[in-house]
Amino acid sequence: MSRLDATSRIDRGTDLRFTFDGKDYLGHPGDTLASALLANGVHQVATSIRFGRPRGIMAAGVEDANALVQVEAPFSEPMLTATTIELYDGLVARGLSGQGRLAAEPDPARYDAIHAHCDVLVVGAGPSGLVAALTAARSGARVVLVDDQPEAGGSLLGSAEQLDGVPATTWVSATVAELAASPEVRVLQRTTAFGYYDDGFVLALEKRTDHLGAAAPAGVSRQRVWRIRAKQVVIATGAHERPVIFADNDRPGIMLASAARTYLHRYAVLAGREVVVFTTNDSAYAAATDLADAGAEVTVVDARPEISPYWAAECARRGIAVRPATVVIGTSGNGRVTSAHVVTAVDGSSGPRQGIGCDLLLVSGGWNPAVHLYSQARGTLRYDAKLGAFVPASELLDVRAAGSARGAFTLAACLAEGRLAAQDALTALGIAPGDVPLPGTPEQPEEVPGHVLWSVPDHREDNAPCSSFVDLQRDATVADVLRATGSGMTSVEHVKRYTTIGTAHDQGKTSGVITSGIVADALGVDIASLGTTTFRPPYTSVSFAALAGRDRGQIFDPVRVTAIHPWHVKHGALFENVGQWKRPWYYPQRDASGSFEDLETAVLRECRAAREGVALMDASTLGKINVQGADAGEFLDRLYTNIMSTLKPGFIRYGVMCGMDGMILDDGTVTRVSETEFLLTTTTGNAAKILEWMEEFAQTEWPELRVSLTSVTEHWVTVPLVGPRSREVLASLAPDLDVSNEGFGFMTWRDAEVAGIPARICRISFSGELAYEINVSAWDGLALWETVIEHGTPYGITPYGTEAMHVLRAEKGYPIIGQDTDGTVTPQDLGMSWVVSKKKVDFIGKRSHARAENNRPDRKQLVGLLPVDPTKLLAEGAQLLASADVPEPPVPMLGHVTSSYRSAALNRTFALALVRAGRDRLGETLYAWQDGELLAVTVADSVLYDKEGARRDG
Amino acid sequence: MVDTTTRRSPLAGQAPALAGLPISARELPFLTQLNLRADPDGPAAASIGRALGGTLPVVPSTASRFGEVDVLWLGPDEWLLLAPSGQEEALAATVRRAIGEADGAVTDVSAQRTAVALTGPRVREVLARGCSIDLHPKAAPAGSCVQTLLAQTGVTILVRDETSSDFLLLVRSSFAEYFAAWLIDACAELGE
Repeated sequence: MSRLDATSRIDRGTDLRFTFDGKDYLGHPGDTLASALLANGVHQVATSIRFGRPRGIMAAGVEDANALVQVEAPFSEPMLTATTIELYDGLVARGLSGQGRLAAEPDPARYDAIHAHCDVLVVGAGPSGLVAALTAARSGARVVLVDDQPEAGGSLLGSAEQLDGVPATTWVSATVAELAASPEVRVLQRTTAFGYYDDGFVLALEKRTDHLGAAAPAGVSRQRVWRIRAKQVVIATGAHERPVIFADNDRPGIMLASAARTYLHRYAVLAGREVVVFTTNDSAYAAATDLADAGAEVTVVDARPEISPYWAAECARRGIAVRPATVVIGTSGNGRVTSAHVVTAVDGSSGPRQGIGCDLLLVSGGWNPAVHLYSQARGTLRYDAKLGAFVPASELLDVRAAGSARGAFTLAACLAEGRLAAQDALTALGIAPGDVPLPGTPEQPEEVPGHVLWSVPDHREDNAPCSSFVDLQRDATVADVLRATGSGMTSVEHVKRYTTIGTAHDQGKTSGVITSGIVADALGVDIASLGTTTFRPPYTSVSFAALAGRDRGQIFDPVRVTAIHPWHVKHGALFENVGQWKRPWYYPQRDASGSFEDLETAVLRECRAAREGVALMDASTLGKINVQGADAGEFLDRLYTNIMSTLKPGFIRYGVMCGMDGMILDDGTVTRVSETEFLLTTTTGNAAKILEWMEEFAQTEWPELRVSLTSVTEHWVTVPLVGPRSREVLASLAPDLDVSNEGFGFMTWRDAEVAGIPARICRISFSGELAYEINVSAWDGLALWETVIEHGTPYGITPYGTEAMHVLRAEKGYPIIGQDTDGTVTPQDLGMSWVVSKKKVDFIGKRSHARAENNRPDRKQLVGLLPVDPTKLLAEGAQLLASADVPEPPVPMLGHVTSSYRSAALNRTFALALVRAGRDRLGETLYAWQDGELLAVTVADSVLYDKEGARRDG
Repeated sequence: MVDTTTRRSPLAGQAPALAGLPISARELPFLTQLNLRADPDGPAAASIGRALGGTLPVVPSTASRFGEVDVLWLGPDEWLLLAPSGQEEALAATVRRAIGEADGAVTDVSAQRTAVALTGPRVREVLARGCSIDLHPKAAPAGSCVQTLLAQTGVTILVRDETSSDFLLLVRSSFAEYFAAWLIDACAELGE
């Protein structure tokens, strides 16, 4: 066991059982899976993806490139990093060789999303972030503080720092308590800000119950995405320690120096007994001395010739050997590292290779500020040659970095920067900053500048494959980088994609800047001008389940329903999705044998009722737009191809709208309510689009017209009462209404009470039959429907759905915009020149109708098709050929089938089609290609039923 | 006299489920709602304001209350008049009289949307799950009126008190069932 008795952040009083790679272990609350494994002496977590090399834990946080695991229980989740999994009882995990496996079962957990707003968002609850949050909180500002750890403190949790002469964690506790007591402050632990978007919009993922394992309460979402809109953002995300690359730098037991220090102080885990610390800077000496104090035997290998006198003395006091001007050039070990191979420079040339036995090799190549969010906010970075790192170049108007994230590496500087950043943010908001005295920090020894060292050349003389790993997760080496530059790549973005460095779960947190350094050295250019690859969100992995949030199941997408919907459901309707609407498709009835009708049988029955008796449907989804104003008629004249201004109040006209290209956009009816008021309908799916189209012209093209538009789609329920017996049913429902053809003519409307409900009745027909469209307030819709059915029952009234509606209209050759048209079809193509005014000076599309292309005689035109075999149903979309002798491809296509049905009225199948010069082909035989055979069809007029229109008046 | 007993409001079927929520959510069915369009600087707007007993609100995203009529600013030349049930014709007549020969339009949209009263200290927390607008009292004082998305449905939200715990929400009738399902789901975690 590697667990010490020292003070730490774990709760030793409680044991947690967990299983890793099939073996059972114990850990404690406060552990990560990584710290618990190390406490049990387990260093190797997995093997590498390409070469199968043993790999271990190299960090103590999100930057770990190695320790990927698959959690198997209590719920399966792939590709998690052992260093970020909080240990819980019953955890079962196994190491991953680069690739995980998605659970086969649906994830039973809830996920959530929530919006938050604040004056100041502070990202990171380390020393800088805590001071920033406190400064903002004391000003009374609305503050959100997010931090990815279970508890606040950041680097203070994993060090032995003192503030005001007592352990820094005391100050952390007091600060957290004050923040928690501030009403306008929200502190979110276990929450990672993973992306900065425009205007202070930051997404953060809160892991709410992951750490509870099977004990997670059922009703609480496992994770929640916070959508935070912040007026000012303080980025106090700290820094990631960077390794130095050398041969065989990937063995288990090779770890970042600060990580070993964190494991020691935070988790009371001594990660090794014989420790070599390889450093290029002063920061690793704290790890060396702390581990020595904990009982390890430590040797420091420092690449710099000059050693800090302070640290030299501290090491000497502990018996730590320090080797200046020395680098690690390789390692040995069978699995875990057993020896570090070092070389000391003597008079500028390399001395002999020496081995130092060790079970832990700590590495520090300096620190990379975690500038991810700052860079995503479009903050520019500059290379700091002293740090060997990229740091924020300036402040943005509403985003500031502070502390280590900005390149400050003393505790005193981090605290001061946190306060300053918050003060600047508050000042920018016009809020007077509160007074926050900074806690006292111990005096710092004078620092000896770090030596920037990206990689140590591989000194081996044999032809062994390169094992100097830059990106351990991708098994990508220095040789891979040099192969990229050698083949001419000069951009780090290209090198990244060629080598895949930085594309794994860790997104190159430890490898990105080093790659830039290696590329710069290889090309002989300045790394400052070479830069880094782009820091893209997400900062850490986010599951799709979390992004989906609660938008799944019943509320995945809104379902729009009409007021009559409950009746449709109750009466067994099957539904068709039309946009977000649910529309009754057909109403299967039980047949004699007790089983339900199929689509074909039901639709034939519903159509027959409409043609021979009486039927009704729910057409409430039709778009409805109220148009008012002194210029309403003129406005509609410009929008529709036909004239609307001449329509008299009390009358209705069918109309077509075209786009500026002359192609049909939509169609519907226009009802003139009064001199200054019209009500028009649109197709169901186009309601919003047409309103926007009309608004755009009203507001931007013709602002001089006095007209206003109001959507009333859902105010009205619309019920067409259709069929030769509809007049009798209406007469019984509206005894005061003259329903005769003379008293209530085609294409007129009346206001009347229907079944005691105020209604507007329109004599329009989409089936060719006598029909009355009854419109009532949506509140009355269900009552109207039920009463109409009650009164219609003696007449055999039959509800019909969208499928029967389609058949009925197609028999009459009425096109459906969007089904029989596709944005390349003019009114003339549909044989509807009659709807295009020759008199009007202008309307949208008029100029395009005059184009030669739109007047070619061989344009595709809408025609009817009658299969020669009247039982064969054509496939919608089937291509049409001129001859049964199919030539070699490309085969000339004359057009395609747009609608195809079985007709009860025609007692046969039929179709509508767009056919090249179709109207000149009436009577010709064409061939439809479907399912590998050719079906002969006869071209017919698009109107196949009641050509003379005898049925509309009953 | 028209029989109104057979009317059915969009959330009629959801009343028991809404009553069981940890916040107070109650449909206010059959309210009078009139859409008003007029030039804010024209004679109609001034005249309508006088007829209603005030001035039509012209500050974006605000509402004014005159007697029992709420006037919601929906756009530079658009308002929604909200009044108790049954006043469609009388209120429309009042407004039409005020418009007179001037330019302006009134449309009865009473059944276009339904209204839901949401009250309680945790309503904001629930709405925050689907609404990106800041409803903190500092940002949305009483009389604020915003048109926005709640999850995937358009809504109009009227803030009725100074502590932002009393809201009136208007939702399109066809989206009402979705809204209810969303609200019930959004309240599921309030217990914790």
